[in-house]
Amino acid sequence: MENEKKHPLKKILLICSKANLEDVYAALVMANGAVMEGIEAKLFFTFFGLDAITSKRMNKLHTSTVGNPGMRMPGGMPFPTMLGGLPGVESGVTAMMKKEMERLDMPPVDEFLELIEAGGGEIYACKLAADMFKLTKEDMHPAVKDIITVGDLYAMCDGEGTQIVFT
Amino acid sequence: MATKSIAGVNVEVNEEGYMTDASQWTKEIATEIAKEEGIEITDKHFEVIDYIREKVASGEGLTIRGINKSGVVDAKTFYQLFPGAPLKKATKIAGVPKPVSCI
Repeated sequence: MENEKKHPLKKILLICSKANLEDVYAALVMANGAVMEGIEAKLFFTFFGLDAITSKRMNKLHTSTVGNPGMRMPGGMPFPTMLGGLPGVESGVTAMMKKEMERLDMPPVDEFLELIEAGGGEIYACKLAADMFKLTKEDMHPAVKDIITVGDLYAMCDGEGTQIVFT
Repeated sequence: MATKSIAGVNVEVNEEGYMTDASQWTKEIATEIAKEEGIEITDKHFEVIDYIREKVASGEGLTIRGINKSGVVDAKTFYQLFPGAPLKKATKIAGVPKPVSCI
């Protein structure tokens, strides 16, 4: 396949529909990584993902400690799901995750959104989900550019080398 | 590893054009590399480059967050100074290795 032509990625649309700390950060890291590589990036938050751009919730996201088979105890032992449901466990695990993230210089959600915006990335909220959760633009972080429909989102997918990623 | 003549000096570069010996770096070389990257270098660029060289020399990692908090430049201006891939371009011009961080 010597003659296979490469088509570099030019634009990426990332859709985040969950409010788990790790799901939100996956979208944020990918969007920030894109703008840092000179790739046009748009972030679309929908359903529970709206927590990540809602001012009073965005910096209080949690990691889920139940139904998460990848969870480990410190030391590598499997984390029993039953334990994850005990009061305070989720907060404790989340605090530990945040501490590790801070160590790697991963910014809090609001700062991350601002960095993405500074790099030319655009942040949108889903209209249907915002209506459902009774949220307006005033409830959201200033980096949120607009509340848009799914049709508006697809209209942004014009141009060669565009990809959509759903997290 | 290869040698490339930049601003009349033979400098060691890797296959991506990043200098491998930071001590060979001069302002003239930076100006020349910037030109190759399509950047007309200014004093503001050099302020950022000095910051990057200091950070790298002290063994600290480079992130966009760190740059934004540096007090030298904010993230938005940094993107404007080095359009496209800012950290990659800035490190190349600063004569230091390409950053390996994901953030």
